[in-house]
Amino acid sequence: MSKLNKSSSELDLDRPNIEDYLPSGSIQEPHGKLRLRDLLDISPTLTEAAGAIVDDLSILVVGSYRIVESRSESDPIRSNLQALFCIDLTILDPILRSDPINTSNDPTHSLHFLSMYHLRDDNREETDSFTRCFKSIPPEPWNWNVYLFPLWCLGVVVRYLILFPMRVLVLTIGWIVFLAAYFPVHVLLKGHDKLRKKLERCLVELICSFFVASWTGVVKYHGPRPSMRPKQVFVCNHTSMIDFIILEQMTAFAVIMQKHPGWVGLLQSTILESVGCIWFNRSEAKDRETVARKLRDHVQGADNNPLLIFPEGTCVNNHYTVMFKKGAFELGCTVCPIAIKYNKIFVDAFWNSRKQSFTMHLLQLMTSWAVVCDVWYLEPQSLKPGETAIEFAERVRDIISVRAGLKKVPWDGYLKYSRPSPKHRESKVAPGPFLKDDPIEGHLVVFKGLFLTIVEH
Amino acid sequence: MGSTSSMLTQYDIEAVQEHCNHLFSQQEIVSLYRRFCQLDRNSKGFISADEFLSVPEFSMNPLSQRLIKMVDGLNFKDFVAFLSAFSAKASVPERVKLIFKVYDSDGNGKVTFNDILEVLQDLTGSFISDEQREEVLCQVLKEAGYTRDSTLLLADFIKILGKPGLKMEVEVPVD
Repeated sequence: MSKLNKSSSELDLDRPNIEDYLPSGSIQEPHGKLRLRDLLDISPTLTEAAGAIVDDLSILVVGSYRIVESRSESDPIRSNLQALFCIDLTILDPILRSDPINTSNDPTHSLHFLSMYHLRDDNREETDSFTRCFKSIPPEPWNWNVYLFPLWCLGVVVRYLILFPMRVLVLTIGWIVFLAAYFPVHVLLKGHDKLRKKLERCLVELICSFFVASWTGVVKYHGPRPSMRPKQVFVCNHTSMIDFIILEQMTAFAVIMQKHPGWVGLLQSTILESVGCIWFNRSEAKDRETVARKLRDHVQGADNNPLLIFPEGTCVNNHYTVMFKKGAFELGCTVCPIAIKYNKIFVDAFWNSRKQSFTMHLLQLMTSWAVVCDVWYLEPQSLKPGETAIEFAERVRDIISVRAGLKKVPWDGYLKYSRPSPKHRESKVAPGPFLKDDPIEGHLVVFKGLFLTIVEH
Repeated sequence: MGSTSSMLTQYDIEAVQEHCNHLFSQQEIVSLYRRFCQLDRNSKGFISADEFLSVPEFSMNPLSQRLIKMVDGLNFKDFVAFLSAFSAKASVPERVKLIFKVYDSDGNGKVTFNDILEVLQDLTGSFISDEQREEVLCQVLKEAGYTRDSTLLLADFIKILGKPGLKMEVEVPVD
């Protein structure tokens, strides 16, 4: 048991844990006694089955599962509930072996129903809600009609042969202006830190405006503009890297982003560094601490650029919001929510980073008619007394979801990047055909429903 | 292009609504029909056991084998009627009735000790041995005022389970 506790504390912080999945209050007080009613009540399992029939999404109501904790402190299950919810199935084995029923002579001592661990197969035709969050939903074609089709063809010609070259020109001019001003400022004003910072801010805002112009961005900003003051952090839902560009156009935010390869990475390390952006590498656990430290330092500084965090940690297709990482909400700062909603009338702004490079994504945007979106700067929120960081994150997610009209789903976006370990292939709990060797979409092994009842008698 | 849903006429929808005691709204029936067509892959007008089992979450449900017997070969009307117990508007006795049907595998209106034991077996799998399961059930039945030999009727089930707090709702996605 001690070994297990240790291993659960060593688990990567990114892994989902039980508190993240359960709405507060869903962990019920133990009944204390097993009653006939508890035995006969099969409604959660039935609900789950009916949910699967009706829609793949509805079974996601994780809160409907009953988790009754055991009162006994020595019960290993209790301390390992958290471990149970991690993606690694192998962790289950020792728990099942230390099953109190097997060790106890009295069968009524405790009884638990361990229902199932859902495994996902991404190759299935039916989509599940998790992959749905990360799929661009194709719009209904409107050009099927004989009258509309020629019009559409004309549109293609205009977009690709007239608009696109013009936009490339605009962007090129933008870059020339930017670089011509940026490097002199950067090198010559070494002594005047304040002035240099101010100019660099303006220049970054300028180049972002050029970017937005290059897709004919029609951005409507609602609410008061962000102000520069210490101890505040902006959080925003994340659809694409262009969120960042759109927000940066208005205010030079310092942002926390994943380190990208290629030309984007080069920009990150040279230019965006100057506005105080912080980079991390998703796969490196060491980075996490450094980033956390940098974060704390950054929010304390008075004249630093306002900090922007995308707490979802990954791009979602602007129809859903996945769970917020709690990091941004633990800094002890005022949290200013920002909601972005794209109008998909001309182009889908979702960047599926696994299918498309950022360059291709930009090209797609530049060959469309326009990128239309709404940005709402919402009322700053702060931690209420007695509220945990997770509840706070949930509350802010509510605010953003309501404003932008997004559907909330209880998934951790990082699962997109996780893959089950090869051990699962031998695991008896996981039937074979679900796991194939497709590295791209990553076969998610997710505990969708863990229905665990431990009743102390 | 969504043409399947338009195949339901207003009359059809009303007939189905009648059949499920108006527990679903017309919009919900339209989206259930879309889902029905999606599950009915060969467009036979009913959903076979295999087609139900093609939904991974359903096939992995511990009670799937039991439920399959109840839902095999359902046409759309019965499909909706089956799901109506999960509607937000369904009353507690209606929900309990479905639970009862799951236990009552031979359909004679009585649930015996063995019926309950079988369901428990489906739910707990190999985590508990048969003897332990029997012992637990015996004791729990005794505490509730029944014996090993007593048969439970629907009324008993309503008495035992029919308290508020029975969570059995499935939201039908309506767009």
